[in-house]
Amino acid sequence: MNKENIRSILATDCGSTTTKAILIEKGPDGFRLRARGEAPTTVEAPAEDVTQGVRNAVAELSEIVGRPLLNEDGSLIKPYNGQQGIDIYLSTSSAGGGLQMIVAGVVAKMSAESAQRTALGAGAVVMQVLASNDKLRPYEKIEVIRKLRPDMVLLSGGVDGGVQKHVVEMAQIFAAADPRPRLGISYKLPIIFAGNKDVRPQIEKILGSKTALEIVDNIRPTLEEENLQPARLKIQSQFLEHVMAHAPGYPNLMKMTDEQIMPTPAAVGLIMQRIAQAHSINILGVDIGGATTDVFSVFNGVFNRTVSANYGMSYSISNVFADAGLDNVMRWVPFEIDEASLRNRIKNKMIRPTSIPYLEEDLDIEQAICREALRLSFDQHMLLASGLKGVQHQADVGSMFNQQVQYSGLDPMQLDMLIGSGGVLSHAPRRWQTAAMLIDSYLPCGITQLAVDSIFMMPQLGVLSSILPEAAAYVFEKDCLIELGTCIAPVYTNGRPLTEGTELLEVNLNGQGSFTLHAGELRAVALGKDKTVSARLQPLHHTDLGEGPGKVREVSLKGGVAGLIFDGRGRQPFELPSNRSKLISKLKEWQASMAAAQTACD
Amino acid sequence: MGSAYVPGLKVTENTELHIERRLPLKGKIMVTEGQKVHWNTVTASTFLPGSVELINIASKLGLTPQELPQVMLKLEGDSIEKGEVLACSKGFWGLFKSKVLSPIKGTVESISEVSGLVVLRAPSIPVEISAYVEGEVEKILPDEGVVIKTEAAFVQGIFGIGGETAGELHMFCQAPYEEMDPNKLDDSYKDTILVGGSLVTAEFLHKAVKTGVKAVVVGGISDSDLTKFLGYDLGVAITGSEQVGLTLIITEGFGKITMAERSFNLLKKHEGEWASVSGATQIRAGVIRPEIIVAHHSQEQAELAKPESNQSQPSGAKPLTDRPENIPNSKANGSSLAPSSALTGLNIGTTVRLIREPHFGELATVVELPSEVQEIPTGAKVRVAVVKLNDNQLLALPRANLEIIEQ
Repeated sequence: MNKENIRSILATDCGSTTTKAILIEKGPDGFRLRARGEAPTTVEAPAEDVTQGVRNAVAELSEIVGRPLLNEDGSLIKPYNGQQGIDIYLSTSSAGGGLQMIVAGVVAKMSAESAQRTALGAGAVVMQVLASNDKLRPYEKIEVIRKLRPDMVLLSGGVDGGVQKHVVEMAQIFAAADPRPRLGISYKLPIIFAGNKDVRPQIEKILGSKTALEIVDNIRPTLEEENLQPARLKIQSQFLEHVMAHAPGYPNLMKMTDEQIMPTPAAVGLIMQRIAQAHSINILGVDIGGATTDVFSVFNGVFNRTVSANYGMSYSISNVFADAGLDNVMRWVPFEIDEASLRNRIKNKMIRPTSIPYLEEDLDIEQAICREALRLSFDQHMLLASGLKGVQHQADVGSMFNQQVQYSGLDPMQLDMLIGSGGVLSHAPRRWQTAAMLIDSYLPCGITQLAVDSIFMMPQLGVLSSILPEAAAYVFEKDCLIELGTCIAPVYTNGRPLTEGTELLEVNLNGQGSFTLHAGELRAVALGKDKTVSARLQPLHHTDLGEGPGKVREVSLKGGVAGLIFDGRGRQPFELPSNRSKLISKLKEWQASMAAAQTACD
Repeated sequence: MGSAYVPGLKVTENTELHIERRLPLKGKIMVTEGQKVHWNTVTASTFLPGSVELINIASKLGLTPQELPQVMLKLEGDSIEKGEVLACSKGFWGLFKSKVLSPIKGTVESISEVSGLVVLRAPSIPVEISAYVEGEVEKILPDEGVVIKTEAAFVQGIFGIGGETAGELHMFCQAPYEEMDPNKLDDSYKDTILVGGSLVTAEFLHKAVKTGVKAVVVGGISDSDLTKFLGYDLGVAITGSEQVGLTLIITEGFGKITMAERSFNLLKKHEGEWASVSGATQIRAGVIRPEIIVAHHSQEQAELAKPESNQSQPSGAKPLTDRPENIPNSKANGSSLAPSSALTGLNIGTTVRLIREPHFGELATVVELPSEVQEIPTGAKVRVAVVKLNDNQLLALPRANLEIIEQ
């Protein structure tokens, strides 16, 4: 169908547990979200056909909009004629655990890390990273490969024209492991080789008959150059050809859609890149689910994604607690609780993941763990994103072996917008709680806008952006995001410990008062949705708000449902009171300030 | 939203189970359709590729990888014995030769002139899959496995560790609220499946392993005791492959929680009978819950199937349950069961368990199902059900926090 004639778009995201359908339609002011429906995903028994869940979700949509969208045989009514049907249908999928991959390279911090970035950017969950110089012995690598049963393998290593030995050795390890794919007992595992081009004949000989081998351009043709796109595209096409084709009902789903099905995280990455590009801003986004947490960033035009496979709010909640530790969780809990009771509550959430907090204190515990899950997954993101780069960086020999030094990574002061999504953030009973969780975990510096994806429609908008980018961007801003407000956090640069009560920032909000922000203070000011205020912000005592220590900023601040949040709790380091009773009193004081601002915004 | 309750665990005196037993690779089916099987009858078998040994012969002999073919005495595909010479350097004037011996029996799989690496593979490993329960072969899945049909009493737990096992059911506690006292445990409980009440401790479990208890079924365990028993803090609820000496099935949750009377009484009714149990739990998509299956009339079948009989697994074969990746092969969970109250949903009069504070673990009866959302103490607006507790207290709780007690 001609793009100009499209008026009604159906898009679904087939998740592990729920299939979410949205209907976007052209109105007088352009494309807008018309309705949303959902139904349980039906990849598993008894249905074992993903299209059944899609039809159920579409049937719900149909009921909501009050017009038929499905024919009696379950096919979609096309095109939209004003009374029934839709014009195009698009879908993303992460059902059945999404695309699960093992990646391998020669040097852990170089080709293996590039391979990891390639796979993550293509929307995969990386189950294991292998490298010639990792700590695993060959037989241990073989054990790992056999045990994990990935959907696909990305093998890289060696610059073009460089040493061949190690990458051949890695291929031999894969051949020896004789890996079997997760889906389908009798088909060959797809392996994509994206390493030293001179080794291709050897790789073909070793893996050609045992696996479904595909060869693409080297992701690391030279030490200074990274070329991820050909391998990413191949991963996505193999995902459709091999993995999806063996998943229950997907061949039919592929016939139903008007564009290729995208892995859910790849679609989210796409919409974030488009938004960042359209507004020339740096974005950090997070999607925290029950099992995993995805972090996306677009900094200076460079997109990066990581997935923390075992940090989540239900299935993986115990893992967050185990990795964060008791003290880190307790620093966000504003009351006393004994460790045994806390541990049992967390484990009970793990085994009954759909239960929801009823008591305020249960909610506080979940939100405390959320902060730690976000922090831990962001740490992982920073590790990988610090090596993210464009091509052809100038590098000396020393910096080649230390990518942390070579590339600047994400500067929190440069972050313009922080977007949260996922149940614990999107469905927090009060929006100020979402803002507080985002601020406490990411510790944004300077001036940062905060937003939440209310119903997690970024995947559908991502796939839509591949054909109608303007429509996707418009719906994203109008219907997808809820603006929470703006966080203003001065950074103390003196290098000495910050004394509580030190004056940090002189705030003058045009027509709405002025005050001084002190160290250890978190003050929220009501400024509702769609409102802005001109502000003069004078950093005091060696603090920096983005323009350098002591440099005044005269800016327009955007409000939101949680208002403006002035955070004087320090950065680099961020410090909380070490005394437990003082901490509890401070946590309550900060909560009260934010709650009062939201009430005033309402 | 209407279905925003937790379907609940199955506790039923009589159900027809259809249990899929699949091989990890294609193989040979050892039974025929309609054949009666015991829990340890081998239903299918296959061979897994043998373990692999990698030797960098070029580097061991101080050669370049390209020189490897000149020194190899064995070629790709050749059989080798442990200690046999794989390669021998030419030495100096025929003297000072260096040899590389094979560390395993098997075959030479590959020799690389690029890496200098030689891959040796040990003989294939035979793997067998047992029937797991007493029953009948309902269906053959050609080359891949079988479906076993059985009529059984069936109890699902909420969480477990350890794989499949079988044994005689024994009530260790006489009431569902009793704790399992390690002082009462003695050698007479060897090879049994013990049913407890509200709590088991790490001390009890350690002693049970020493005693040779096959499995423990109990209402609750404290997380700190589970960590002590496992030796690590369990992060993600995907279990079944733990090698801890017994299978543990928790029916209610973490903490001291009285076992649901229905589960306790059902297990008590079958005391002395043979049961198949699995601790495998997976709480992500594709939920697997631990289970206790007592096939009807399994008593006499179990007697026949005890290790003295001809049904025991041939030596050298690896039982499938040792392999973590094979946990989902047993599919008594979910779909293979007959329709239950989960499909009819939450109704007035439905008995539910409260699965979140307050009153966590208690049973209640649904007395009202308001259609409008209500605000709960957290400030969230959710669909609720009004339930009546045993002390007649009425509470409006989120439907998501109610677990239907199924029959």
